Amino acid sequence: MKKIIPIGPYHPLQEEPEFFKLFVDGETVVDIEIEIGYNHRGIEQLSTTKHYDQVPFLVERICGICSTSHPFAYVNAVEDLLGIELPPRVKYIRSIIGELERLHSHFLWLGLAGHFIGYNTVWMWSWKYRENICDILEVISGNRQHYGMFKIGGVRKDIPKELIPQIEKMCDNLLPVIDMFKGAIMDDPVIHARLKGVGVLTKEDAIKYCVVGPTARASGVDIDVRRDDPYAAYSEVEFNVPVLSNGDVFDKAVVRILEMYESIKIIRQCLDKLKKEPEGNIEVKVDFIPKGEGIGRHEAPRGEVFHYVRSDGSNRPVRHKIRAPSYMNIASNKVAAVGQTISDAAITLAAVDPCYCCTERTVVIDKNSGEQILTWDGLIKLSQNKTCKLKEAYGK
Amino acid sequence: MGKNIIEEVKEKFGDKIVDFFIKNNRRCYIEIKPQDIIECAKILFEEMNFRFATATGIDCEKHLEILYHFSYDKTGIIVSLRVKLDKKNPEIESLTQVFTAAEWIEREIWEMLGVNFKGHPNLKHLLLPDDWPEGKHPLRE
Repeated sequence: MKKIIPIGPYHPLQEEPEFFKLFVDGETVVDIEIEIGYNHRGIEQLSTTKHYDQVPFLVERICGICSTSHPFAYVNAVEDLLGIELPPRVKYIRSIIGELERLHSHFLWLGLAGHFIGYNTVWMWSWKYRENICDILEVISGNRQHYGMFKIGGVRKDIPKELIPQIEKMCDNLLPVIDMFKGAIMDDPVIHARLKGVGVLTKEDAIKYCVVGPTARASGVDIDVRRDDPYAAYSEVEFNVPVLSNGDVFDKAVVRILEMYESIKIIRQCLDKLKKEPEGNIEVKVDFIPKGEGIGRHEAPRGEVFHYVRSDGSNRPVRHKIRAPSYMNIASNKVAAVGQTISDAAITLAAVDPCYCCTERTVVIDKNSGEQILTWDGLIKLSQNKTCKLKEAYGK
Repeated sequence: MGKNIIEEVKEKFGDKIVDFFIKNNRRCYIEIKPQDIIECAKILFEEMNFRFATATGIDCEKHLEILYHFSYDKTGIIVSLRVKLDKKNPEIESLTQVFTAAEWIEREIWEMLGVNFKGHPNLKHLLLPDDWPEGKHPLRE
């Protein structure tokens, strides 16, 4: 009889419902079965019932962490269909938002990874510093998450020049923090002992499973959509693509840490270019989406996001295919986790940075009177006040 | 550079090409016959080192269409292989024999559109619950 250890569908270590059945022999994992679908919301179908301009709002809600990745890939797809050229300012702003998101997403993963291996100091620290990035995103867009910045042919909000020094300052302050994490992870013998050689995904398997993003780059597969199929401002800035070869959890962590330096480099270059562009030119008017098909990609924090859009000339897409990076990456756990001990399974499964979608609504009720204290309007007011305070604190 | 790869694909596919359409210098759509899918996928994946990105299943009025998107990461080209399947009995060889990455997406297209992938090792529900009524496919028009 096979012994099975279930992880999920609801498990304290997972923020997202997924079901991993670990088949074990003693302490060793001999096979793994992955069941997904607990979070299926039919977004592809829903998207075909929305107007082209409504879709970015819908797809932004696919993920609560890399929320801008999907609208980014979607607008790329529609613009590929249209074949339009964007104003330079749009390109820079898009890349800045994309890189800020990569930074906060990698900080979030670093924290979770620390938490999974019982290194809670890393968890607390990295989430503390992540707040600064979320603050900047809130000052730019009005939201910590779900920035609502993307539209077909442009962006919805400009980055005014008063804000640029603030973003630059945030980047300056972040560099020593990343240095600190680099030291805390790469120079710590305990982390080496815990993560090296654990959850190895070989280059061969990485190619067979067609994994993407940091998961692929840690296994020696040198791919990055930003460099290979440049969009937004990525063809105009200089950056490196860190690639490592061992494919273990340690390399996956190191790849992400090295990528954060590159993100800061990209943001700085984009800000410099932004200073030279006149303010306000942030969109191309698109009145009509003709018949045709388009493919758009974006290198999200977890890897390539792939969107395919087909139009029949009406105001809604007839087909909108969405492929998130975790769709390719999670499947590779089938080889990465097998042969490991059970205690390594949690960090191995988490090392591909599976995407957590966790947006909840809150109702606060007075225990004695039973009255709702925070209403929908009240919450919005609270959120707007916080943004105003942040803007003041950040100099405007 | 971009053109060369597409020319090479064109040359290697030879008379397997039913329709050939270059959308722009990084996007190319090639229609092939369903029975040639394994051979064409092998040419792209094994001989030319393309990466399989994903597949899109579409219910068109008269037929079902599957687009297999392959990415050539050295130059950022996407070649999409288009196959048209009979709506009454949609069937095609499974690409899992060429690369593992096709496993999930074929399960998804099977449950959403009812396409039977011959030779798939584990054709069961991926996103929908196991007790989903048989013969009901959410993405069929």
